[in-house]
Amino acid sequence: MTETLDLSLYAKPAGDGTLDMELAVDGIACGACIARVEGAVKRLPGVTEARLNYTNRRLRVAWTNGAVEPADILRALEESGYHGHPFVPMRAEQEEAAEARKLTRCMAVAGFAAMNIMLLSVSVWSGNVTDITPETRDFFHWASALIALPAAAYAGRPFFESAWRALKARSLNMDVPISLGIILALGMSLVETANHAEHAYFDSAIMLLFFLLVGRTLDHAMRRKTRAVAGNLAALKAETAHRFAGGELVSVPVAALKAGDRLLIKPGERVPADGTVLSGNSEIDESLITGETARRKVASGSTIYAGSMNYSGALTLNVTAPGGAALIDEIEKLLDKAASAKSRVMRLADRASRVYAPVVHATAGLTFVGWLLAGASLHDAIVTAIAVLIITCPCALALAIPAVQVVASGALFRANVILNAGDAIERFAEADTVVFDKTGTLTLPAPRVVNADSIDAELLQIAARLALSSRHPLAVALSREAVTRAPYEGAVEEPGQGVRTVIDGAEARLGSRAFCGAIDQGADSLLPKASASAGTNGEGDAGASHIYFSLRGRGIQIEISQLIRPDAVGVVKALRERGLDLHILSGDRPEAVESVARALGIEQWEAGVKPADKIARIEEWKGQGRRVLMVGDGLNDAPALAAAHVSLSPISAADVTQAHADAVFLGERLQPVLDAVELSRRARILMTENLWLAAIYNAIAVPIAIAGAVTPLIAALAMSGSSLLVTLNALRAGGRKP
Amino acid sequence: MNVLIYLVPMALGLGLLGLFAFLWALKSGQYSDVDGAALRVLSDDDLEK
Repeated sequence: MTETLDLSLYAKPAGDGTLDMELAVDGIACGACIARVEGAVKRLPGVTEARLNYTNRRLRVAWTNGAVEPADILRALEESGYHGHPFVPMRAEQEEAAEARKLTRCMAVAGFAAMNIMLLSVSVWSGNVTDITPETRDFFHWASALIALPAAAYAGRPFFESAWRALKARSLNMDVPISLGIILALGMSLVETANHAEHAYFDSAIMLLFFLLVGRTLDHAMRRKTRAVAGNLAALKAETAHRFAGGELVSVPVAALKAGDRLLIKPGERVPADGTVLSGNSEIDESLITGETARRKVASGSTIYAGSMNYSGALTLNVTAPGGAALIDEIEKLLDKAASAKSRVMRLADRASRVYAPVVHATAGLTFVGWLLAGASLHDAIVTAIAVLIITCPCALALAIPAVQVVASGALFRANVILNAGDAIERFAEADTVVFDKTGTLTLPAPRVVNADSIDAELLQIAARLALSSRHPLAVALSREAVTRAPYEGAVEEPGQGVRTVIDGAEARLGSRAFCGAIDQGADSLLPKASASAGTNGEGDAGASHIYFSLRGRGIQIEISQLIRPDAVGVVKALRERGLDLHILSGDRPEAVESVARALGIEQWEAGVKPADKIARIEEWKGQGRRVLMVGDGLNDAPALAAAHVSLSPISAADVTQAHADAVFLGERLQPVLDAVELSRRARILMTENLWLAAIYNAIAVPIAIAGAVTPLIAALAMSGSSLLVTLNALRAGGRKP
Repeated sequence: MNVLIYLVPMALGLGLLGLFAFLWALKSGQYSDVDGAALRVLSDDDLEK
């Protein structure tokens, strides 16, 4: 049965009778791919434009409405060896793109202004010690003012707006002293210029603005890069569902499902939405939701949740809660509570600015009063007080933390950790307790063959190749072993039993024990007895499942089980060496958890833990003053991830879970967990160092300013010097290994 | 030094020209795919065979 694929959800009308679609493209490896991908799509009739963005691996296609179906575009890509995944750009991503363009424009304007003003200022500085005429100096100052004022009004908006928002909310952030410093410096320079003074501070104000904008733009660019990768991964993961439309089946993206839709769920597929079973019998694996690896039997009338894996039989489902909205009530409630508790954590930068702003403003005020009392004129007292504000303008302080964040998030990105939250680095560094979920976190998300060494390699290869013809999850796991990726022709799947085919005149069977033994009675005795004990609940390796294969009277038993991530033992050891307290909290059965805990040497483990209990445990640790790093992937972990001080989840996790984790890690290895902790700890040290550098700079510069000895040259040197120092120090956060 | 009266504005004008060129490039999306642009220049597909 050929099933039509309905992707109309993703096609957006562009106005002039054409439709527009964005695809995340998988499999792009080199520059030649650009021409191949675009060529394949452009050959289709009606396609007016196809442009691949190589940086974020996205293809934009436009076509005349009705000339070609979106599914044809995917097929054309598929035929040339690439996978395309339709993509709806997230609102947040579009907003960030607009914000990034705004920041870049501001930075360009500030950069242009800074360079030109510096040219004029350097002339004035050198002229002041040689033979510049007052007329020329005034001309240069007025020219600087002409550049600086409009440039600051345009490029300073990100700071002014943020400072204004903070003031309106009756709070202080770092942008308040920055904005104040810039405005005062410009205002005073204007007055001084009008009075034909020797000094003006246009250069300091604009240079400051430029440095800060460079920092912010880089910070933003890094965050956008990780966001784009995360967006593509989400598109790659997006699955389709088979919906009954009239008498036919239509493939639709999961995002297009509505309550009341009737779906067919074939064996080996994930359940795309919450719903009730209308007909069919099957076993489902809910490990992604509850952490439980034993399967649950479902039949007509059962309620099943999105994310479960359908094992043995086809089910017809009536959708009750479509797509990502699907959440168990209990988990949803827990999530809300946990997430609100978390927003109270205060960021290092905010703490610093809360101390900093009052101190600086008080110092400036005291300077003003002090000079007045000492008998200085009102003009001189004001000028000196403003000089204090300018020189303490927290350029270094404002760069101290973002600069480290940019470099550290770049290093984390290379270590396969994608940050969701900007301040997660600080919190990773503070963690002293690591809590792991078991299924899918410590173990690999997909089961594997575990007894490959003890069975006949030739038979295993034939079995694995035969397994390619089945979508049963155990067969899918077995098929990963196949070297030859071509399925046997004429393989027949007997639903709920197994697959069979004829190889060189002999029948080969793969499936349940009864199915394989049924060829002739003699072969049954040749099949190895289920090792350790019978059935799927073997004691040898808790949670292991068995699948059987027979050919020419020879039989093998293949054991398939959740494997621990390949480097988990080493990572766990390394984490412990770094002084972290390790725990396992799992929703799975005690036997299954114990074997993993023992293999990894984690002594503190709890099994059968419900989502509410996970939160309770985390709250208990919090009460003891611990900072918990939660690593988990299941829907049952989502509230715990939100409640923990900081959280990490593998990319295979449920969508809701990922959304609540502070960072997501890629790949099969557990190493990113260690890297996240390592790199963040180093970044945290550098942040503190930078704050101290900024403080030392102020300790030296402020007395000079209070004494009234600051000239624009000293101001420019001191401010740029401290910014550079802080930035260079931040670069140390990027080294590969500490 | 009266030459400065028109030299300084001229220098500023040239600088502004550069600024506007950058803003135009930014607006027309030339910075949206920096890696791709480096590779596209190597492709000969646009040449008449």
